[in-house]
Amino acid sequence: MNPRRVRAVARKEFLHVVRDPLSLLMALATPVLLLTLFGFALTLDVDNVPLAVWDQSNTPRSRELVGRFDGSPYFSLRMNVDNYRDLVHAIDSGQAMMGLVVPSDFAEKIEAGRNAPVQLIVDGSDSNTAMIAIGYAGVVAEIYALDLTIEQNQRRGGPSLNIPLDVRPRVWFNEELESRNFIIPGLIAVIMMVIAAMLTSLTVAREWERGTMEQLISTPVKPGELILGKLAPYFVIGMCDVLLAVLMAEFVFHVPLRGNVALLFGMSAVFLVGALAMGMTVSIVTRSQLLSCQVAVVATFLPAFLLSGFIFTIANMPPVIRAITYIVPARYFVAILKGIYLKGVGLEILGAQAALLAVYAAVMVTLARISLKKKLT
Amino acid sequence: MNDYTVVVENLEKRFGAFVAVDRVSFRIERGEVFGFLGPNGAGKSTTIRMLCGILTPSGGSGTVAGFDIRTQPELVKTQIGYMSQKFSLYQDLTVEENIDFYGGIYRIPPEKRRQRKEWVIEMAGLTEHRRRPTSILSGGWKQRLALGCAILHEPPVVFLDEPTSGVDPISRRRFWDLIYEMSDRGVTVFVTTHYMDEAEYCNRLGLIYRGELIALGTPHELKSETPRSDGTLPSLEEVFVSRIEARDRVEQPEREVRR
Ligand SMILES: Nc1ncnc2c1ncn2[C@@H]1O[C@H](COP(=O)(O)OP(=O)(O)OP(=O)(O)O)[C@@H](O)[C@H]1O
Ligand SMILES: [Mg+2]
Repeated sequence: MNPRRVRAVARKEFLHVVRDPLSLLMALATPVLLLTLFGFALTLDVDNVPLAVWDQSNTPRSRELVGRFDGSPYFSLRMNVDNYRDLVHAIDSGQAMMGLVVPSDFAEKIEAGRNAPVQLIVDGSDSNTAMIAIGYAGVVAEIYALDLTIEQNQRRGGPSLNIPLDVRPRVWFNEELESRNFIIPGLIAVIMMVIAAMLTSLTVAREWERGTMEQLISTPVKPGELILGKLAPYFVIGMCDVLLAVLMAEFVFHVPLRGNVALLFGMSAVFLVGALAMGMTVSIVTRSQLLSCQVAVVATFLPAFLLSGFIFTIANMPPVIRAITYIVPARYFVAILKGIYLKGVGLEILGAQAALLAVYAAVMVTLARISLKKKLT
Repeated sequence: MNDYTVVVENLEKRFGAFVAVDRVSFRIERGEVFGFLGPNGAGKSTTIRMLCGILTPSGGSGTVAGFDIRTQPELVKTQIGYMSQKFSLYQDLTVEENIDFYGGIYRIPPEKRRQRKEWVIEMAGLTEHRRRPTSILSGGWKQRLALGCAILHEPPVVFLDEPTSGVDPISRRRFWDLIYEMSDRGVTVFVTTHYMDEAEYCNRLGLIYRGELIALGTPHELKSETPRSDGTLPSLEEVFVSRIEARDRVEQPEREVRR
């Protein structure tokens, strides 16, 4: 490995990048665009669910219940209706996502201390949001029921009910339960995986297509020198992309960064080397720019998106799929970024993940080196 | 001790069932300008690529500057300069940047690098264009620059694959002056060409047809072997046409009869 040769290759590759400003702009703008797009689209928080109410009871009690819904941050009362047709229409037309029907005997049943069911009608076309909304509705109703029990107990002159157990779930690491805090770090990992592989997927294939590779392999340059030199400029671009993503997380999405910033960039560097070398391996093997780019995107995007634990929890996957996730490098990077961002933990916890990431980088660089043959076929 | 820089023995290259180079044997002396001629698809480039160590032979053997092309291709690559048939410099890089790149790749010592670079720029006549991108250069300039980059490290053996195709006569002339300069300095030059006037400039010629070497010798020897019916020496072009036709007759006698 000769440093002068590596430098010559790196310098030449860097010049290619500079002479092609459009590609450079794309390389820097794509992660910003993807992060914006997915960052806002995948934010799973459900708030201000539009609510339509048919209050058949129309009593202080029933109005209190409706008030509890409207007063919570999760629901906002959009309209009152007095028949099923209007209720259905409100949901069908999308004016309301949830309908609350309070039966006429609601107040009587409550006063009698009996069970007082209410009906909930939910637009299930977005099942994910619907499930979350139902959950919130349950919580609102339960708290109201609890308050009622306490009130009635006091009215009956009984000893003020001392509920022995006060369950207040406390969520760690993401107290506001903002899904964005959870999504963005993983999203950065997934986007970087795809961008990195794309960055290098063209570099060797381009030389084969233009005929410059035939000249290059007739020189004494070593495959390792070519690989390292070619990685260098894309590594710099990749690190700029990471910086942009971290800045966006901070200033656009306001995701709190609890851990060590240096560790964050250090781990990103290790991950980048692996992902860039992977893109380069694809480029070396296919020898075609179009094919290489397609393979790089398909081979990184789907696994990184689906199997990294970014959105779908790995622990909930069938065993076979779970086994596959171990060879998806984004899995380790997602875990590391989430750990650094949300838990503020360091290498003492993330050591194993970091080691696996380093192994991945080493394997990929070796693979690129082995697959780069200084021969025509 | 022999002074052959290129020795080829029954060299063969097959692509699947197709034989591109068929048991070719020849030797080239140090400082010789060896011309390799043949129609399109004859196997010229394939032979050159095997000699440069970038294509593995299917059979036979060969050495270049004492290194085995089959077992020591990377050592062969330290001894050669190769100019491929297709222009293979970086079009988005300037003249200087291309030279600097190959200077780094060939690890030319820093103190020498400047001097070699100036030599190439002057040799190619690119003094005024040294900072311009290679893409805007005309054919003759490109070819001289490609040659300059290929011999930047002053290799003892140079392989040139149709270096002057598509270039005007003046540029071709200048290119051949460069070839003679190298040869005078003891550099062995292996050059393929389609031009008969260029063939005349070579010390020795090999004629390859359908992968087979069908003639080998100095231009004068080849002409003497097939004299015209009136006893005068034929032109090289006549020699090659008659050789190729003779070969066709051997290979397809039945077709000849039907004609
Ligand atoms: N990689 C390959 N796979 C299959 N066939 C090949 C390959 N490379 C060359 N050939 C075939 O081998 C034959 C010789 O090719 P070669 O390039 O050596 O010819 P050439 O003498 O250089 O011709 P030209 O004057 O057109 O450059 C041709 O028929 C060509 O199609
Ligand atoms: Mg050719």
